[in-house]
Amino acid sequence: MKFRLEKRKWAVTVALLVIGLILIAIGIDKKQEKSVMAKAVRICMECVGIG
Amino acid sequence: MDSQVKSRKSNRRRKGLHLGIQGVATLLQNANFKGFFTGKIYTGAGKKVCVPGLNCYSCPGAVGACPIGSLQNSLGGMKFRFPYYVLGLLIFFGALLGRAVCGFLCPLGFLQDLIYMIPFVKRNKFKLDRYLRYFKYAVLLGLVIILPLSIPLTPAFCKYVCPSGTIAGCMQAASNKLVRGQLGMLFNWKLIVLLIIIVSALIVWRPFCKYLCPLGAWYGFFNKVALYRMHLDPEKCTHCHACENVCKMNIDPSKNPNSMECVRCGDCVRNCPTQALTAGIGGKKEGKN
Repeated sequence: MKFRLEKRKWAVTVALLVIGLILIAIGIDKKQEKSVMAKAVRICMECVGIG
Repeated sequence: MDSQVKSRKSNRRRKGLHLGIQGVATLLQNANFKGFFTGKIYTGAGKKVCVPGLNCYSCPGAVGACPIGSLQNSLGGMKFRFPYYVLGLLIFFGALLGRAVCGFLCPLGFLQDLIYMIPFVKRNKFKLDRYLRYFKYAVLLGLVIILPLSIPLTPAFCKYVCPSGTIAGCMQAASNKLVRGQLGMLFNWKLIVLLIIIVSALIVWRPFCKYLCPLGAWYGFFNKVALYRMHLDPEKCTHCHACENVCKMNIDPSKNPNSMECVRCGDCVRNCPTQALTAGIGGKKEGKN
């Protein structure tokens, strides 16, 4: 019973890691990392409190 | 007696190692040291990738992007696009480490740990605590997801709450004349929020992580299944409650070692007299030696 539960936990962990990687790959395919960079290379007015 | 002294020394050494990892992680995420003097932010390729912890991308030292800021930015664009990339990174970090990100890698968590070390009145157990900790889920849902989705170009969490952004604002203001001249009411509001967090961090351990952090709320969902997790050996556990007594997040690790609130500070593992609690890959590697 306990072994089964542990095995299921491992399966969920691996599935989540794979889902994460797939989403990252789709995002890169859609060039979403560029929009992340575009925001991150300018001073974020909202973040620093200018608005 | 001799073994007690040895154990205390080992605990201190392991606590020091934990703090060392936090310090190194903070430095690595803010490795653009030149920026602290010039006020110019890093614009290299590193900014394509989100760092796991809460670290504002407007901080002059930041070499990566903030995951919460990027998520709000992706959700709150003029035209909705599903945030595959940022969500993928958040799921990946969550499945890998869960809230160990808060305990080991988050610069804001490290700052709060340092503040808590200042001798002052300490109080971690109070009635409201149980209810206040649900607030971070409301922050995640309301300020990070719903508001940016409903009002485009409004990263509500970054704008009204994020202390990491306020610290970045202070650094920018110190070195950048242009930014200094534009600070107004919003900055004052954010400064008040930051001061409340700093003062409460003197008394309560990690108040921002406990009650406000949307990133902690997100990673909490992964704690039970994350690759890095805790393990309790019920045969070794004597139910002495030593772990519960030292836990500053008010969890009972002997009942729920992978609680959503656990930030993997390791205090329970270090203080378990029978080594029943371990933390590591799958929960079974790193115990007390």
